[in-house]
Amino acid sequence: MLDITDPNAFRSAIRMWLDDNCPVEMRDGQNTPDHICWGGKNWAYESDAQQIWLERASALGLTVPTWPREYGGAGLERTREKIYREELARINARLPLQSFGIWMLGPALLNFGTHEQKETYLPPIARGEIRWCQGYSEPGAGSDLASVQTKCEDMGDHWLVNGQKIWTSYADKADAIFALVRTDKDAPKHKGISFLLIDMAAKGVSTKPIRLISGSSPFCETFFDDVKVPKGHVVGDVNRGWDVAKYLLTHEREMISGGGTGVSGGRALGAVIADAYPDGLTDTSLRAQAMDAEIDALAISLTIDRYKDQSLTGQGTGHASAMLKYMGTELNKTRHELIMSANGSDALDWDAGLAAPWLRTKANSIEGGTSEVMLGIIARRVLDLK
Amino acid sequence: MAKLVRTEEETMLAEMARGFLDDAAPVGHLRKLRDAGEIHDPVLWTQMVAMGWAGILIPEDAGGSDMGFSAACVLAQEMGKTLATSPFLSTAVIAATALRQAGATLAMRAIASGQSIYALAIDEHAKFAPENTQLMATADGNGFQLNGHKAFVVDGGLADRVLVLARTDGGLTLFDIAANSAGLTTTQNNMIDSRNAAALSFDNVAATGDDIVGTINDAMSVLQPALAAGQAALAAETIGLATAAMDMTVSYLKERSQFGVKISSFQALQHRAAHLWCETEVTTSAVLNAGRALDENPCDATLAVSLAKARAIRTAKLAVVEGVQMHGGIGMTDEFDMGFYMKRARVAAEWLGDYGYHAEQIARLRGF
Ligand SMILES: Cc1cc2nc3c(=O)[nH]c(=O)nc-3n(C[C@H](O)[C@H](O)[C@H](O)COP(=O)(O)OP(=O)(O)OC[C@H]3O[C@@H](n4cnc5c(N)ncnc54)[C@H](O)[C@@H]3O)c2cc1C
Repeated sequence: MLDITDPNAFRSAIRMWLDDNCPVEMRDGQNTPDHICWGGKNWAYESDAQQIWLERASALGLTVPTWPREYGGAGLERTREKIYREELARINARLPLQSFGIWMLGPALLNFGTHEQKETYLPPIARGEIRWCQGYSEPGAGSDLASVQTKCEDMGDHWLVNGQKIWTSYADKADAIFALVRTDKDAPKHKGISFLLIDMAAKGVSTKPIRLISGSSPFCETFFDDVKVPKGHVVGDVNRGWDVAKYLLTHEREMISGGGTGVSGGRALGAVIADAYPDGLTDTSLRAQAMDAEIDALAISLTIDRYKDQSLTGQGTGHASAMLKYMGTELNKTRHELIMSANGSDALDWDAGLAAPWLRTKANSIEGGTSEVMLGIIARRVLDLK
Repeated sequence: MAKLVRTEEETMLAEMARGFLDDAAPVGHLRKLRDAGEIHDPVLWTQMVAMGWAGILIPEDAGGSDMGFSAACVLAQEMGKTLATSPFLSTAVIAATALRQAGATLAMRAIASGQSIYALAIDEHAKFAPENTQLMATADGNGFQLNGHKAFVVDGGLADRVLVLARTDGGLTLFDIAANSAGLTTTQNNMIDSRNAAALSFDNVAATGDDIVGTINDAMSVLQPALAAGQAALAAETIGLATAAMDMTVSYLKERSQFGVKISSFQALQHRAAHLWCETEVTTSAVLNAGRALDENPCDATLAVSLAKARAIRTAKLAVVEGVQMHGGIGMTDEFDMGFYMKRARVAAEWLGDYGYHAEQIARLRGF
């Protein structure tokens, strides 16, 4: 199937394959955090169907459709990847696997990793056998990420890591962490950082969950106390980790922005809101606001398509990820404000399930670089304002 | 659907148009016309006709270049950047599309050759509402008598032909009549954007069955795609003017100093400019998409077109308001061009349906 290059023939083949292989239970469109299959050494499958779906998809590399086949992917170029995603969406299928490994570490390794690192790390990510977390932020290094202080000393036959990370999403569930550490404290701040892979089970690593306003506690403080890390665990050159970090962030931002439109993955805002008004949307002010949001959602989703088309034709997308991150996440916050508002006091009960996602979206414009940081990047890099 | 990236031909067309317009119709050209009290530059239009722009939506066997809606939007977008004024939208986009739907070869030929300039007489009140047309076409022997009035007829003061929407016995009918028909009085409006629009009053204006575009009582099947084409091209013009206004503003931030530093170093302004850029990027996608949707099926492009028009209205408003604000006092002067952009943005926002009109179309199609 993966060797079919003709787009129409490929579409039919994928369609048939999905018909036969995507379990019915996995066709409910549930891609919310609670239903995501994150994978990992200790992953508890929600159902047999979830496990079967992951196994079948990963056997063909379809958990990471664009990665090369030798590293566990399906080797699809963008055109066929798009077809595959469209076909998934057509039957409302869940993604078989989502993870920080897929969104962030994988692309960084493909670009900066050695052949050996790719062979070691990519296939387990593709099969959902390992769960990664991201150790960027520190108490003193948020938007000013390049000021990370976590110390990493060269001990000859290994690295020795000491320091603290914060806001590490799912650190308590992850098997490993990709972290920014300082390998040269005397160099200018961007020039003394390395990108290091650390086993969360290593001696000296500990985590402490932090409770979020949405009630759950998916992120943690992560502590490194004399942690020994093998020498080969640096991705890219030592002291050049900032390049890797920035590259990874563009992938992270694209991923975060996609959730904002609700067009690709979900139902039209109008329809969602109309559910709350069985006798018609009588609140004209709310309706007007929802129309504005819907207009933005449609146009942003077209912009995502346009940027994909641009990259297909080899045209540069400039600082597309910063733009989409900013616009998509601000819109997502608006969407959830409107959904809360439409549901009135019904939405105020935790059990209605609307409040947690509403609160969670407030983080979208903070995580992965704040809206203000995105605007700063655009002002400097696109508009050359300084 | 075709990709949301300009094709090589479209890029070439845009470059060619830009080269021509920068030279022949920069903003100063509109200013000169205004200062001279002129509403139209026949020489400029003749040049556009010679380049095939008048026939861009007309089939080759009717003398056109038949390049399609996306190409028409490319031209309109470039015209927006320099505020080039011409009957392109009323004639080459709206009228040509209506006449093409009706298979009116002779009339199309007259447009492509530059012989006819058309205006669309549709509005009767301050807001766009074609369904509420009151102008009556009463059957009279073999023909019709038209009575009533039309408002905001763009290019009504320079057109020699008028497409007029009228109410007939069983619905709405579109007529193609001469602008100098007996009983038709044209009153020029003094428009803020220094372009032409007129009020038309019809007093027993005679029309025949041959003057009907398409079929009687069924104006919308020819007019709806024509309006969609006009709305998309106007959205393209509008995003063109928005990006030009933004570019002027961004350049000014880098020139002007206050407090001993360039004002571009103030983060409050940087973020506002960056936000504006994001808005223009998103709207650019919607405009491209509208052209593609029309090329696919001009009768089924409402969502794409209304989306482009609505987004363009909002983005242009932001661009000109921020444009004046970030220029300070100089932005308020007539000598500076920003005011021309602001006034054109306001007119474009009303023509062929305002933000509320298009938002309503979208809401209807998206299940509100
Ligand atoms: C839900 C969630 C999950 C996260 N997951 C992870 C994770 O897995 N791994 C990880 O490493 N990190 C993670 N983060 C951390 C996130 O990346 C940081 O919170 C973010 O980079 C902002 O840093 P900060 O919190 O220190 O805020 P600060 O940088 O202190 O920002 C405070 C305010 O100041 C503004 N500000 C800062 N600098 C500027 C400037 N130059 N100009 C204008 N305004 C400015 C900010 O925009 C913000 O409004 C997560 C955060 C959240 C909320």
